[in-house]
Amino acid sequence: MARGHHDVGGLPGAGPIETTEHALSDWEILADAVNQALGARGIKRTDEMRRAREEMDSDTYRDLNYYERWIASMEAILIEKKILTKEEIDRKLAAFEAKWGQP
Amino acid sequence: MSSSSTETHEHPKHELSYYAKRIYAIRDLLLEKGVITEKDIWCQIEYQEARSPANGAKLVARAWVDPAYKARLIADPKAACAEMGIDATSINEFVVLENTEKLRHMVVCTLCSCYPRPILGRPPDWYKSFNYRQRAVNDPRGVMREFGLTLPDDVEVRVHDSTADIRYLVLPLRPKGTEELSEPDLAKLVTRDSLIGVMDPLPSL
Amino acid sequence: MNQIGGKFRPGDRVRVLSDDRPGHIRTPYYVRGKTGWIERVYGDFLNPESLAYGGDGLPKRTLYLVAFNQADVWEQCEGPKDKVLVDIYEHWLQPSA
Repeated sequence: MARGHHDVGGLPGAGPIETTEHALSDWEILADAVNQALGARGIKRTDEMRRAREEMDSDTYRDLNYYERWIASMEAILIEKKILTKEEIDRKLAAFEAKWGQP
Repeated sequence: MSSSSTETHEHPKHELSYYAKRIYAIRDLLLEKGVITEKDIWCQIEYQEARSPANGAKLVARAWVDPAYKARLIADPKAACAEMGIDATSINEFVVLENTEKLRHMVVCTLCSCYPRPILGRPPDWYKSFNYRQRAVNDPRGVMREFGLTLPDDVEVRVHDSTADIRYLVLPLRPKGTEELSEPDLAKLVTRDSLIGVMDPLPSL
Repeated sequence: MNQIGGKFRPGDRVRVLSDDRPGHIRTPYYVRGKTGWIERVYGDFLNPESLAYGGDGLPKRTLYLVAFNQADVWEQCEGPKDKVLVDIYEHWLQPSA
């Protein structure tokens, strides 16, 4: 099996360390909290979330930002465990988008 | 730089990215199905907000002034945290890495972003970045130089890659000429970045 | 920390397996096949390779702090005394001369 896209220690081509930080958005704080809450309830383990991120499409892995990767892996694990389905998430999101307005 | 819940960026939701929007749908479904509760979510938000690098600074300042406490901090870090009123119980295992004149430690998680969150709160963006995860292990001195720290060759640099359940905290070296400072003032010298090990503490106030 | 079992002791020289096995592996690529030494014995922990797939993580595996000279890991490095230390499970280590 090829080296995982997450296994980046020592890979060449890295640039300078960008040290500007951003205050977390609401959705990031929510992602963090829901993730931790699921763990606290024993619904999923951190190891499962890591594995889900490792199994992602590699381009997606690099393109998504940190909390987007968390949300993607959370969704994958919740679907895998049959707690949620993609269809119901899609439906719920469509309902939200109707409420939020279109870009 | 802090991410207090009272200072969040409220983007119009229709402008959020695909996954950013999806967390709201996931949250609502989980609540509807009783998988988690609103209280669960708020407890986690409060738990994170209560944790910050100030905790680490407090431990270090005490260790600097009290050699017996320093010994306890190194021998049993979770108990030493509890002594200072810092709840580190949810860390599985916790190791304190003591810097000396001839030794510096630096911590990274190359595989993801493991960090001593129960003590320090959320890691900074740069710690989670690919550039740091890639370079910390094969170019630690280059990384330190970017943070303003240049070390001679006779100082050993030890990079810890936290790949398992152990969480690492650096105990930085007390700056010279700080003998007159109070413990709270000493704590002000202990930056978050010195607890990760990419730089030394501030030399003075 | 619990310290039960485990076949390696601090100071033992060890070589990391070069395996490319699939699954959720917490042994980073950059130390595979490299030789270092046991710095600390951390004790027994549930196996993340099992936990990641909903397994119970048993049997527990002994976790070690393994130290490597940077010069033995990378073609080029600054700092002749520098080291990199990685937390590695016993089943990824074999004795080295």
